[in-house]
Amino acid sequence: MSPLIAIIQRDLLLVMRRKSEVLTALFFFVIVTSLFPLGIGADADLLRKIAPGVIWVAALLSTLLGLQRMFAADYADGTLEQLVLSPNSFAVLVLGKIVAHWLVCGLPLVLLAPVIGIQFDLDAPSLRVLMAALLLGTPVLSLLGSIGAALTLGVRGGSVLMSLLILPLYIPVLIFGAGAVYASSEGLGIAGHFSILGALFILALAFVPWVSASAVKIAIE
Amino acid sequence: MSNVNNLSSSRVVNWFKFSSPSTFYPLAGKMIPWFWALTMIFGAAGLWISFFVAPVDAVQGQGYRIIFIHVPVSWMSMFIYLVMATWAGLGLVFNARLSAMMAQSLAPIGAWMAFLSLWTGAFWGKPMWGTWWVWDARLTSELILLFLYLGFMALQASIDNVRRADKAGAILALVGVVNVPIIYFSVKWWNTLHQGASVSLTKAPAMAQTMLWGMLLMALCLWMYSISVGLMRVRAIILEREAHTDWVKQLNEVKR
Repeated sequence: MSPLIAIIQRDLLLVMRRKSEVLTALFFFVIVTSLFPLGIGADADLLRKIAPGVIWVAALLSTLLGLQRMFAADYADGTLEQLVLSPNSFAVLVLGKIVAHWLVCGLPLVLLAPVIGIQFDLDAPSLRVLMAALLLGTPVLSLLGSIGAALTLGVRGGSVLMSLLILPLYIPVLIFGAGAVYASSEGLGIAGHFSILGALFILALAFVPWVSASAVKIAIE
Repeated sequence: MSNVNNLSSSRVVNWFKFSSPSTFYPLAGKMIPWFWALTMIFGAAGLWISFFVAPVDAVQGQGYRIIFIHVPVSWMSMFIYLVMATWAGLGLVFNARLSAMMAQSLAPIGAWMAFLSLWTGAFWGKPMWGTWWVWDARLTSELILLFLYLGFMALQASIDNVRRADKAGAILALVGVVNVPIIYFSVKWWNTLHQGASVSLTKAPAMAQTMLWGMLLMALCLWMYSISVGLMRVRAIILEREAHTDWVKQLNEVKR
């Protein structure tokens, strides 16, 4: 069994043993998006207009909630040190943890987004674009977030600090992810937005595992 | 051993000698007054040109003189981030303590420049465009740059182990450097997509020669200021981190 698959299976198994943590992040996503209509009123036109931005910002925040868990427990019980010592490339193992995080915290958002979108009165084409943009964008969120999770390992006030470090880096994904939905609702082309989201994904996939791996090594030195 | 050292230092000046805090500390102390003097000279010349020589702008009146501060601090805020990331990267690659200290000393200066840039920008915006803030690409990316500085400082401040703080900060600074152009262009495209350039920042007509000189002199002044303050801060950081060493205990300013 390849180390990548093994680490994904292990992380998913751990999550399944304690489902509440994952479900908390998902409920957070649902609650935050439901608060917006309550805060600004139920005007359907306005809701339709802010829906992509609200859903994306909520996705950013709920991804952050799950990030703390990516390395923290393994850091606390020493598993992370054993992983660093293992003969496999540590970057591959980090990639496995990132994939597991996305499967748990990113993919459910993609699946939940249409339900939230209906609450905001989005039409079917917009919902499809929203799902596709989230499908391409949330892996980038997991990848970039792993850098913050690794840098703040064992640090005082780590989770608040992590949001300060990571949220500015999320801005391009937010812009193009929400922009794709806006563009489609106004009848403009969406190919450009998806090309850039794809480029961000490829760039992040190519570099982030190594950066996160070295950040984890610094933390456990 | 000492012979070898003498031989090599007689041929070329060994610059690496100054990568040690104990040798850099006195050197920085000698350089600081010179950089302060240059700050004063360039500052006096720049302010004189920008307030007395440069003509009043035909369209924008006296208020345009904010650019003599605003443009140089914006340049500095971006440039200092690059310099800071370079020092941090050198510190990470060569495991050099002093480089990391330089990065740590530059971060608040850069953050201050970014803040000043936003603040003077707001003062510029109110009379010129009638608003304190617009979601223009440049303003937005300057704000994000300030966030990046604050993140770097917060990360370094919250890690107790100094060496780990240096390395973690270095990784963050390098990731930030890669991201700054991406953020800049995405904000720019976002801006053109959303509101179609309601305000043009580049409407300044061909600038008078004297205005350009004023801006350049003020930029030089801020360069010298940043170097002086950076050196002063790095001296303080050296004293703080090397407090346990003998050479620090021998210093006159510490003995007293």
